[in-house]
Amino acid sequence: MPYDLLRIDHRIIGEIIHRGAKVIDLGCGGGELLYHLANVKNAAVQGIELNESAIYKCVEKGLSVMHGDLDNGLSGFPDKSFDYVILNQSLQQVRKVEYVIKETFRIGNKVIIGFPNFAHLKARAMLFFGGKAPVTGALPDKWHETPNLRFLSIKDFKEFCSIRGIKVEKAYYLGKYGTISLLPNLFTRNAVFVLSKETK
Amino acid sequence: MSEKKESIGLVETKYFTFAASPDALVLESGEKLGPITQAYETYGTLNREKSNAVLVLHAFSGDAHAAGFHEGDDKPGWWNDMIGPGKAFDTQKYFVISSNVLGGCKGSTGPASINPKTQKPYALDFPIITIADMVKAQKQLVDFLGIDRLLAVAGGSMGGMQALQWFVSYPEKVRSVIPIATAMKHSPQQIAFDEVGRQAIMADPAWNKGSYYDSGQPDRGLAVARMVGHITYMSDESMEEKFSRKLKKDGYTFSFDADFEVEGYLRYRGDNFVKRFDANSYLYITKAMDYFDVSGAKLAKTGGKPEARFLVLSFKSDWLYPSAQSKELVLQLKAKQADVTYCEIFSTYGHDAFLLEVEAESKLIGHFLENILNGRKKTNAI
Repeated sequence: MPYDLLRIDHRIIGEIIHRGAKVIDLGCGGGELLYHLANVKNAAVQGIELNESAIYKCVEKGLSVMHGDLDNGLSGFPDKSFDYVILNQSLQQVRKVEYVIKETFRIGNKVIIGFPNFAHLKARAMLFFGGKAPVTGALPDKWHETPNLRFLSIKDFKEFCSIRGIKVEKAYYLGKYGTISLLPNLFTRNAVFVLSKETK
Repeated sequence: MSEKKESIGLVETKYFTFAASPDALVLESGEKLGPITQAYETYGTLNREKSNAVLVLHAFSGDAHAAGFHEGDDKPGWWNDMIGPGKAFDTQKYFVISSNVLGGCKGSTGPASINPKTQKPYALDFPIITIADMVKAQKQLVDFLGIDRLLAVAGGSMGGMQALQWFVSYPEKVRSVIPIATAMKHSPQQIAFDEVGRQAIMADPAWNKGSYYDSGQPDRGLAVARMVGHITYMSDESMEEKFSRKLKKDGYTFSFDADFEVEGYLRYRGDNFVKRFDANSYLYITKAMDYFDVSGAKLAKTGGKPEARFLVLSFKSDWLYPSAQSKELVLQLKAKQADVTYCEIFSTYGHDAFLLEVEAESKLIGHFLENILNGRKKTNAI
């Protein structure tokens, strides 16, 4: 895929990880991100995905992928077996958030989490002025169709991390065309966090 | 409907005999067996580097005839939809080998074969064999064909057990392993069904403690065993769809005739099976499956991170080899940091799905194999 057509979050994650890193993508979909990471960073990659037809796309790309859900699927991985554990656009669909995040730090050194910001200006406006559940570019589905179970903002997530002693190493705030720095909780459509946690 | 692909055409079963005295094969039980004949077929061409050989492994009642047609037959081999030009096991790319298991009755040495010591069929003098013994015999065949390392070992059900056993016995000889609808070991439920089958055979007076080769085999017992087997191969849903409560005639006969279509089907399947399968082979092979256990230490003893890549497949409605057993296998492989792809294919066919879900299996196996053959270019999985 031409670099400029690549999703901006994929491009950023591609810049974060180091060459030859061991990476697992939780909720990897059709494997676009993993394929990109294997190509540009020669990463050793593995995916977990719930959707059967997405698995076929991964296998077609030559990726190794396991059919399963994140709420139960991580227990088999040995401690610290990955350099990076990626949860990109999948955290909001996880049932046991606390448990899954704990597991990501057990199996990996660093955790990269990307999610849509529910407190984006447009979402706020739809709720406040329209009186309806927001439907935006980053939150494209209506309330009865969305796979999302969690509706969180950047502020929520930072608070979550701080209470649990999770260190935010770097945060990327993405608007429609690039990263933004001004009032991120208001203008960010999608956020990408690089996290680490001291092991006791 | 998937596009109809060509069959590879006429094929022939060949025979390879080895382990003649004094080089008899030492079995897992410690007993010795020889000489041993392996019936086998091959499809496609072995490349110059001998790097494109795929060993397909049959399930309980299968045989060496996996694809194409035998002269005069109108039914192709058991995995014809998967093996041939342009199919999952593409015979334009791969050299596919299929052999009848040790203990079988389709040309390989088994209890119905002639015991050289007595010049009579072995019957119960045939030693108890295991899945590891079957694989040990296959290894001799693969060596004979001049192949040092297999591109893949693949099979469903008991074929999947053999694929796993290949990895446990000869980890350096397999580049990839494709276990389908299988398990690392039989659960008590699976052993129980096998035992019912064995008891049905042994309860038939015609079985005569295994010595029936002059008098005719225990048809009734063997047919009942097969009927039970067929129930376990289907799902509640597939049986409902296929038979529901449909009757063979307009109304009830008020007798013990086969009123329901499902009864007729099972009787037909049972009666047909008797014509092509040896009752003692049924006993030996089911016992081999029940003894099979590569879980835990056995899988773990194969050293560090395995070089072989795995494609593990299971089917949603398969209750004989439920997905949980495949997931357990995947977990144990992950613990060894193995490179594993796992997919639970949606299907309503039950255990039979591994023979019927051709389109899904073809996509997964086709791409997976191609990736192994071409080496990893773009992707570098863990």
